[in-house]
Amino acid sequence: MAGQVVHVGMADLKVVHCPDRLRSVGLGSCVGVALWDPQTKVAGLVHIMLPSAEGFTDATRAKFADTGVDWLVEMMQQNGARVERLRAKMAGGAQMFTFAGKNDLLKIGPRNVDACRRALAKWGIPMVGEDVGGSTGRTIELHSEDGRLWVRTVRGGQIVL
Amino acid sequence: MQPLGDRHLDALREVGNIGAGHAATSLSLLLQRPVRITVPTVQVLAFDHVVDAVGGAEDVVVGTYFRIGGDYPGNFFFIIPACSARAVLRAMWTEGDFGDDLQNEMALSALGEIGNILTSAYLISLSDFTHGKVETSVPAVAVDMAQAILEVGMLTADADQCLIVHTGAHIEELDVWCHFLLVPDPDSVLPLLTALGVRGE
Repeated sequence: MAGQVVHVGMADLKVVHCPDRLRSVGLGSCVGVALWDPQTKVAGLVHIMLPSAEGFTDATRAKFADTGVDWLVEMMQQNGARVERLRAKMAGGAQMFTFAGKNDLLKIGPRNVDACRRALAKWGIPMVGEDVGGSTGRTIELHSEDGRLWVRTVRGGQIVL
Repeated sequence: MQPLGDRHLDALREVGNIGAGHAATSLSLLLQRPVRITVPTVQVLAFDHVVDAVGGAEDVVVGTYFRIGGDYPGNFFFIIPACSARAVLRAMWTEGDFGDDLQNEMALSALGEIGNILTSAYLISLSDFTHGKVETSVPAVAVDMAQAILEVGMLTADADQCLIVHTGAHIEELDVWCHFLLVPDPDSVLPLLTALGVRGE
């Protein structure tokens, strides 16, 4: 397979062109939101950590679902993609620790998923595949060539969205 | 977070040294084997690199997580790589009846308890050393990729610079490694340094 693998770290955002791939490693409660334009084969991935930037002074837009998804759509457009052609996939949003007690940060996964869904709905971008929730970490890889999203877990092997 | 000087890093290293030293003594008693502590490292890292302290991002580890309250709120992790965790369990249970499955309820509960004992030892010495109040949540245990487990400690951290006090421990007779990671919240760094008497330049 040709092309480079571009790493997308925590609270990070990258956009690539065919034939490059985008990879995020070890998503727990974080959510990887993948966008793909089938015509230009532009692919983008953002690694969301928290649902909302509200109340944070942190300037890292990619960290939050509400600001990160918007920024990803903007970056996709700057790279030649069109909003009306975009398709979304996402993975992550797990609750890694079972006995979360009163610690809301340990239960942030499902809230991240909801916030990403809302942010995508605002742009009218259809969700065409997702593997979210549960209690397992995920490594994901988005292929710009065909928009496939590979999801690998420690126990469940590998699936393709 | 303000840039930290050598004096600050030395003081934090000392905290890691004393904390992990006490924890290692507990571990040594528990396993009835000598435990050697490596020199603690204090690093200010972009949080993508915190995981490097314990190995690769996708390495399977057993992680016990504690939320710390009191005078220096933050996160604490006790991490054992999966192969080391199996060796520790075998050393505790000569029967080996957990069948090598770390997801086994008995195994998880035992590993959580080890994490609990060691973390208590670490944090009691932190409290004694700084004359501060340190409280912990109940332990939360998971077996998964190191990155996915450590992630919770980074959620409220600053993306560019996350302070970690990392101490490795080596159980010589079992050739097992484990790791203590103290990740103070950004707002806790100054109070911690003040308590250590090294605030200011």
